[in-house]
Amino acid sequence: MKTAFTVLRKDLLLELRTLETLPAMALFSISTFVIFHFGLTYRNQDTIQGQLAAGVLTVTLLFAGILGVNRLFVAEREQGGFDAFLLAPVDRSSLLLAKAAALFLFLAALEVIAVPAFGVLLLGPPLSPRLPSLIVVLALADVGIAVIGTLVSALAVQTRARDVIGPVIGLPVLIPALIATARAIGPVLGTAGPGSLPGKWLLILALYDLVFALVAYAVFDFLLED
Amino acid sequence: MADKPAIELRGVARYFGERIALRDISVTVPTGATLAVLGRNGAGKSTLLRVLATLLRQHAGEVSLLGEPLPRRAFAVRGRLGLLAHDPLLYRDLSGRENLRYHARLHGVSLERVEELLRDVRMERRADEPVRLLSRGMVQRVAVCRAVLHDPEILLLDEARANLDPGASELVEPLVGRPAGRTRVITSHDPQAALAEADLALGLRDGRPTFSLPADEVTADHVRELYA
Repeated sequence: MKTAFTVLRKDLLLELRTLETLPAMALFSISTFVIFHFGLTYRNQDTIQGQLAAGVLTVTLLFAGILGVNRLFVAEREQGGFDAFLLAPVDRSSLLLAKAAALFLFLAALEVIAVPAFGVLLLGPPLSPRLPSLIVVLALADVGIAVIGTLVSALAVQTRARDVIGPVIGLPVLIPALIATARAIGPVLGTAGPGSLPGKWLLILALYDLVFALVAYAVFDFLLED
Repeated sequence: MADKPAIELRGVARYFGERIALRDISVTVPTGATLAVLGRNGAGKSTLLRVLATLLRQHAGEVSLLGEPLPRRAFAVRGRLGLLAHDPLLYRDLSGRENLRYHARLHGVSLERVEELLRDVRMERRADEPVRLLSRGMVQRVAVCRAVLHDPEILLLDEARANLDPGASELVEPLVGRPAGRTRVITSHDPQAALAEADLALGLRDGRPTFSLPADEVTADHVRELYA
């Protein structure tokens, strides 16, 4: 845990210095919402709700998250961070934990910006009463994206076409999480209101997180090997 | 010198696809001795250092460091090795001090050791500037600090004095030179300088050994043939 915290602290410090990841993710999300705002306007109706709103929000956050996934190991690869870490007498799984935690924090910070923007630009029903339910679902979704994203990023960064490999491998694996997130959020953003969080989809999302966290823990060491 | 050699290689080979990077490498380095690895660009010197650093696996042969066979017991020797490669292994957007503190935490070394090393290489005044703003020589001085931060028993030095002026070379000498008393594997494009500070010499050409001799038995003909 101590090593993971050391790596996480370094990653957050690097992001604070370079601002290479989070601003790009936030800008992408807001641009996408603006495009949807104009693209979905139909017969004087310029807001969305229910399952359509859930789909737009989930897909936008997922694509923005992929930007973060692509950047996750770039400094390690380009500046020798991998070698330096591998030379240290530490548990290699701590790198997985640190990178997943960093990506989770980037996603959470992104949502602090993107969800209110979504509420202003697209969502019909008021956002604030729905926020607690949204936070629960998005936190579970973020865990899944963070774990899969870290695994995919560690794999992709070893290849020349890393910008392509990340989405090509990551998006199909994240489809179950996308479906569960959108289905869980749909009723919350609909007329049924904030109290209608479907437990079935939350459970699926939690199971998905657990299974892939275990898979990631089992295979991550092999991704770092020569 | 202790009985058990610090480094032992027997018939080591390493390939990158079809290309032979190392083949039939056998050498024994006693504890506290220095091995100079000589050869032209692309001869396999850096690959050999990366195998010894546990960053690459050998495809054939046996490698033993500090009595531990690689790659099976690599975890037991990491932390007892220091690598100074072409790449300084420093984050460009962090300062020298931040980089060294990060490595100190990874290796479980006290932060006082960071300050001590920065003073040793006279980098304490520029230690808070991002590495990307430092000159190459300054970056190399910080990289030397990183390589010896955890007081490794074996030092793997790939052109350790690259980019260093004579004054800076003198500063790092107690850390990476013979006075440090560590077992060392050094590579250099200056064969005379490398042989002068080595006990043993290994000549590589296209990944294959051309000679493996005590350094004082390497003749001008050996060197000429190696670089011809």
